[in-house]
Amino acid sequence: MAVRVGVLALQGDFEAHSKSLLQAGAVPVEVRTRQQLEKIRGLIIPGGESTTMLRLLNVLDLMGPLRDFGSQKPIFGTCAGAILLANQVLNPVQESLELMDLTVQRNAYGRQIDSRVAVLEPDATFEQRVGAGKLEAVFIRAPIIRRAGENVTVLAEYEGDPVLVEQGMHMAATFHPELTADSRVHRLFLSKL
Amino acid sequence: MILNDEKFRLKVGLAEMLKGGVIMDVVNAEQALIAERAGACAVMALERVPSDIRKEGGVARMSPVAMIRGIQAVSSIPVMAKARIGHFMEARILEEMGVDFIDESEVLTPADEEHHIDKRNFRVPFVCGARNLGEALRRIAEGAAMIRTKGEAGSGNIVEAVRHMRTIIKDIRRLTVLGKEELVHEAKLMGAPLDLVEWCAEHGKLPVPNFSAGGIATPADAALAMQLGAEAVFVGSGIFKSSDPEKFAKAIVKAATFYNDPQKLLEASEDLGLGMPGLEISKLPEGELMQTRGW
Repeated sequence: MAVRVGVLALQGDFEAHSKSLLQAGAVPVEVRTRQQLEKIRGLIIPGGESTTMLRLLNVLDLMGPLRDFGSQKPIFGTCAGAILLANQVLNPVQESLELMDLTVQRNAYGRQIDSRVAVLEPDATFEQRVGAGKLEAVFIRAPIIRRAGENVTVLAEYEGDPVLVEQGMHMAATFHPELTADSRVHRLFLSKL
Repeated sequence: MILNDEKFRLKVGLAEMLKGGVIMDVVNAEQALIAERAGACAVMALERVPSDIRKEGGVARMSPVAMIRGIQAVSSIPVMAKARIGHFMEARILEEMGVDFIDESEVLTPADEEHHIDKRNFRVPFVCGARNLGEALRRIAEGAAMIRTKGEAGSGNIVEAVRHMRTIIKDIRRLTVLGKEELVHEAKLMGAPLDLVEWCAEHGKLPVPNFSAGGIATPADAALAMQLGAEAVFVGSGIFKSSDPEKFAKAIVKAATFYNDPQKLLEASEDLGLGMPGLEISKLPEGELMQTRGW
C-alpha cells in the first residue's frame, strides 16, 4: 500500500505539494491538528509565509508536537518550511523548530521582482539516488542558507549557496520543487521514509 | 499562451504561496505590524480603507510613496499596493518601489473607462477584481496572476462577495460539460479568449489562484468565502474598523485555515467584540457601487 505522507496545511501552497506527492507515488494527507500527525510516516512543511505558519503553530500548540514528530520521523521543508526547520533564522530573528543545523536568512534575494527560475546542476549523489538531469528551481522571495552545519549534506547549490540539503532523515529546499513537474526531489524524500 | 510563460509562472508562484491566508488592508506601519503579528500572509498598503473612501468621496489614487515605503520598512511579509484601473504609470511607480503585488483596483477611482493595464510587460505580479468568469479571463489574458472576486468593498456586507464567487464557480462548472464547438460560442458570449476558456473547461478551475474580497467582516464571512471556493481572502475595512483589530485579525487568520472545522470557527468567534458597521447594498445609489468599475 502506498505510504501516507502529511502536508502541513495551515497556510501556503500545500495543495501543490499534495499533487507532487501523488505524482511521486505517495498518499498526501492534509495536517492541521496534533492527532493528524499520528497517522503519517513523514511530513512536508510547504511554502507560504513562515510568520503566518509560526503564529498558527503557536496558537494551536503544535510546536512541541512537531519537534517530537521530527525527532522520530522525516520532515521536508520548502522555502517557508526550510525557514521553520532551521535552528537559526535571520532577517528578522524568529522562532523555529530547530530540527536542522542551518542558519537561514529570510527574503535574502530581495522582493518579488527578484524572484527567479534557475536551472541547477544537482550533486552526483542526488542523481544516483533519483535520476540524472538538471533541476529546475523556482525561487520566490526565497531565503538563503547562510550556514550549514557539518552534519548537513548539500545536494544542490545556486550561486555558491546551498539550496537543497539533507541532515539525517530531514530535508530542506529554499526553492519550490512542488511548482514543477519534476518529482525527483519528492521521490528523494519518500526514499527516506 | 500566457500560462506557459516563465515570468508568468513566477508571478503565479507568489499567489500560490498566499493561499489559505489573509491579506489585510493597512494604512500605516503600526497597522502593518499588528497585521503581521496576527498572522496576515500579506498586507495591502493603502491611504484610506474602502469604507473611508466611500464616506469621504473625492478621487481615490495610488497611495503616497512615503506611506508605502514606511510599511515596506517594517514588513517581512509581502507588501501589496493599489493602482487605479488603467493607470499604468501608477503601476510603473509601484513596480519601481519593489512592491510585491499590484492590485489594479476598482476601489480607487478608475483612470481609464475602457482599458485595463497591459500587465504582461511588468515584472511585478498583478491581482485584479472580477464579478464573472468572462471578466476574470480578460484580466488573466492581460497578465493578472491572481483573481479576486470583487464583492462590494467597504460595505461590511458579504452578499456581493458571495454572488461573485458563486457566479464564477458556476460559470466554470458549466464550461466543463460543453462540447468544443460550444466553447467557441461561449468564449464569444463572455468576451474571453478561447484558449483560456478551454483551459477552464478542461481543468474545472481558474488558471490562477482565485481569492475573495469585498465585504468580509467576520471569521464566519471568511470561512463562507473559502467554502464557496475562495483560496484565500482579502479583508479591507473589516479588521481596522472593528472594535478590536488585533483580535479580529487573529480570528480571521484562524478561520481561513479552519474554514472546514466548525468547532475551531466557534473558538475563533468567541469574545470578538463588534464587527465593522455594515451597509445594505440595495440602499446604495448605483453611482456609489465600486464593483461596476472595470470592463
